[in-house]
Amino acid sequence: MTALTDAPRLAKKSKRQPSYMKDGRPRSWTSIIVMIVLVILWSIPTFGLLVSSFRSREAVASSGWWTAVFNPVEQGWTLDNYAGVLEGSNMGTGFLNTLVVSVPATILPIMFAAFAAYAFTFMFFPGKEVLFVVIVAVMVVPIQVALQPMLYLLGPYGLGISGQFVAIWLLHTGFGMPLCLYTLRNYMSTLPTSVVESAKIDGASHYQTFWRLVAPMSMPAMAAFATLQFLWVWNDLLIAKLFLLPTNATVIVQLQQLLGTQGQGAELLTAGAFISMALPILVFVFLQRFFVRGLTSGAVKG
Amino acid sequence: MTALAEAPAPEVRRGGSPARPLRMLVGIVGICVVAWLTANIFLSLAYYPQWYFHNRILMAVVGMIAGLGGAALLFYFINVFIESLPQRLSQGLIPYAFVLPALGLIGLMLIYPTVQTINYSFANNDSTRYVGFDNYVSIFQDPAFWLALSNNALWLLIVPALTVAIGIAVALFPDRLSARGEKISKSLIFLPMAVSFVGASTIWGVLIYSANPNIGILNAILGSSIDWIQEDTARLNSLLMMVILIWMQSGFAMVLLSGAIKGVPEETLEAARLDGASEPQVFFQVIIPQIKGTIITVFITVVILVLKVFDIIYVLTNGNYRTNVIALMFFQELFTQGRAGRASAIVVVLLLLVTPILIYQVRHYRKEQAQ
Repeated sequence: MTALTDAPRLAKKSKRQPSYMKDGRPRSWTSIIVMIVLVILWSIPTFGLLVSSFRSREAVASSGWWTAVFNPVEQGWTLDNYAGVLEGSNMGTGFLNTLVVSVPATILPIMFAAFAAYAFTFMFFPGKEVLFVVIVAVMVVPIQVALQPMLYLLGPYGLGISGQFVAIWLLHTGFGMPLCLYTLRNYMSTLPTSVVESAKIDGASHYQTFWRLVAPMSMPAMAAFATLQFLWVWNDLLIAKLFLLPTNATVIVQLQQLLGTQGQGAELLTAGAFISMALPILVFVFLQRFFVRGLTSGAVKG
Repeated sequence: MTALAEAPAPEVRRGGSPARPLRMLVGIVGICVVAWLTANIFLSLAYYPQWYFHNRILMAVVGMIAGLGGAALLFYFINVFIESLPQRLSQGLIPYAFVLPALGLIGLMLIYPTVQTINYSFANNDSTRYVGFDNYVSIFQDPAFWLALSNNALWLLIVPALTVAIGIAVALFPDRLSARGEKISKSLIFLPMAVSFVGASTIWGVLIYSANPNIGILNAILGSSIDWIQEDTARLNSLLMMVILIWMQSGFAMVLLSGAIKGVPEETLEAARLDGASEPQVFFQVIIPQIKGTIITVFITVVILVLKVFDIIYVLTNGNYRTNVIALMFFQELFTQGRAGRASAIVVVLLLLVTPILIYQVRHYRKEQAQ
C-alpha cells in the first residue's frame, strides 16, 4: 500500500532516474545521506570511548583518538586500562554486585504487579477505579520524595538493612511497581475476556486462571517491562549510592568515584565506563524489540 | 512446609458451599509461615551474610527464590484461605488479596514517604522537632536555590522541546530507508538510551569537552583549549550538559514518534495531496495533528526526566560553576550536608513542580477510560 502510492510521487519529484529498493520503493538518497550523518554524529562519542579505552595514558594525552583511528600504527595500544580497572578499582566485584542488584530487582516487581494487574483487569471490586488513578498519579512522583523517609526506615534506627542488597531490591521493587502495574494492566486489557470467562465456567479458581492462562499470555508485556527495569536498575546512581555499603557498590557508583579522582585515573576512566556499559548495551541490542514495546506501553515513569 | 500445608487439604467440590474451617486453618497457617519465613530469609541476607559464605551470587539466588517463591506461596495460601470462606464473602475478597501486596509496596515505598517528606520539611535537620516554615524561608532566601531553580527552568525550556523536535525530524528519514537500513540506523541512534547517565557524562566530559585538545574533540575542532565544563558565560556549561541528555533521549523520541508516523493512515495523506497540499503542508497539517498524543507523551516523559536529572551535573561539576539544579541540590543537602529539613523542603518544591503533570496524567487517563 505504502510502496504503491509512494513510488510515483517520489519519482516525479526527483528528475534523476530513481533506483529501487527490494520492496519496490524508490531509494531516497537524501534520507540515506541524512541518516548516515546522524548515525555518525550519534556514534562518535561511544566509538571514541571504545578506542580510547585501549590506548595508554601517554598516547591518550599526546594525540587524539581520531588520529589513532586513521593511523593505527604505533599508537600505544594496550589492555592495561582494563587490567588496571578490574584489579585496582575492584570493578570485577562491582560488576558482580550490579548483577546481584539488578536481576532480583527486575523480577520481583513483575511478580507482585502481575497479580494486581490481573485483578485490575478481570475482576470487579469497589474502589478499583480510585486505586488505579492513584497508581497513575504515583507514576509521576519523583523518587527523590521517598529517599529521606526510606533512609530512616531502612537505616540503623529502623529495620537496619540499609547498605545491604535486600534494601535496594525492596526499593527498586517499590519504585518500579506503578509503571509495571500500568504496563501489565494495559496489556492484559487487550487479552480476550472470553478466555478468562470460560476458565471460570470450567471451575478454575482465579489463582489457577492467573498461572495457567493470563501469566503465560502476558509474557511479551512482562519481557518489555523487564528490559526497561533492568536497564533502569543497572544504570541507577542515586539509590545505589545512598543505600549500598561501599563493599556492595555497583559499577555505576564506582565509575562516579573514578570520575571524582580524575587526576591520576583518567586512562582507567574510559575502560571503567566501557565495562559499566557493556552489559546494558548487550541487553539493549538483543532485547531491543521488547524494550521499544515497553517504552511505548508506559512511557511515563516518575 | 509446602507438603505439610497441602496434605490435609480435603478434596471438596466448590460451589455455593458454606465456610470450610479446615481449609481456612491451612490458609491462615500457610500465610503466617510463608510471611515469617520470607521475611526472615530476607533479614538473614542482611544480618548474616556469613551464612551464605559472603557469596554474592548465592545471596542473589536465595533472595530471588525467597522473593518469588514467597510471593507465589503467599498468593496461593491467601487464595486457599479466601476460597474456604462462604462463597459470597470470598468472591468479594479475592480481588483485594490479589491487589494488596502490590499496593502495600506502593504505599510503603511511595505514598507513605511522600507524606512523611512533607512532614519532615516542617521539621529540623534530624527530624526531631517541628520548626514551622523555617526550612522554606531558608531555601527561598538562599540565592543558590534560586540559581538552581533558574537552571531547572532553562533545562525545562530547552531539553524537552529540542528532544521532540530532533525526534520528529529524525523519525521522518529512516522511514524512507530499506527495512534493514532503517533497523540499523535506528538502533545506533537509540543506543545511548542504554548508557547510564554517569557513563554518558564520562564519555562527553572526557572525550568531547576535555580542556586538552588532544583528548576533547570540541577543542580539537576549534583549535582552542577551553575547559568547557567550567565555562559559565551565558550558562554555556549548562547548555553543553543539556546536549548530553538530548543525545541520550532523542533516540527514544525518534522510536516512539516514528512508530506513530507509521500509524498515520495513508488515505488521509493521499486525500490531502489530491486536494493540492504541498509536502510541508501534509506534514504540519495532516501528520502532526494525528501524532499529537505521542508528541505529548514523549514531551512529558522528557519533562519528568529533566526535573529529576541530577547525575549528569553531579558527576561533571557537582553543581559548581553556576550549574546546580534542584534535584542535585536536594542530594547535596541530604547526603553531603545532612540537613534533612532543608532537603525535604527542596523536594517538596520538586513535588509541586510535577503536580501539574500529575493532574494532566490523571485527567488524560480518565478521559481514556471514559471512551
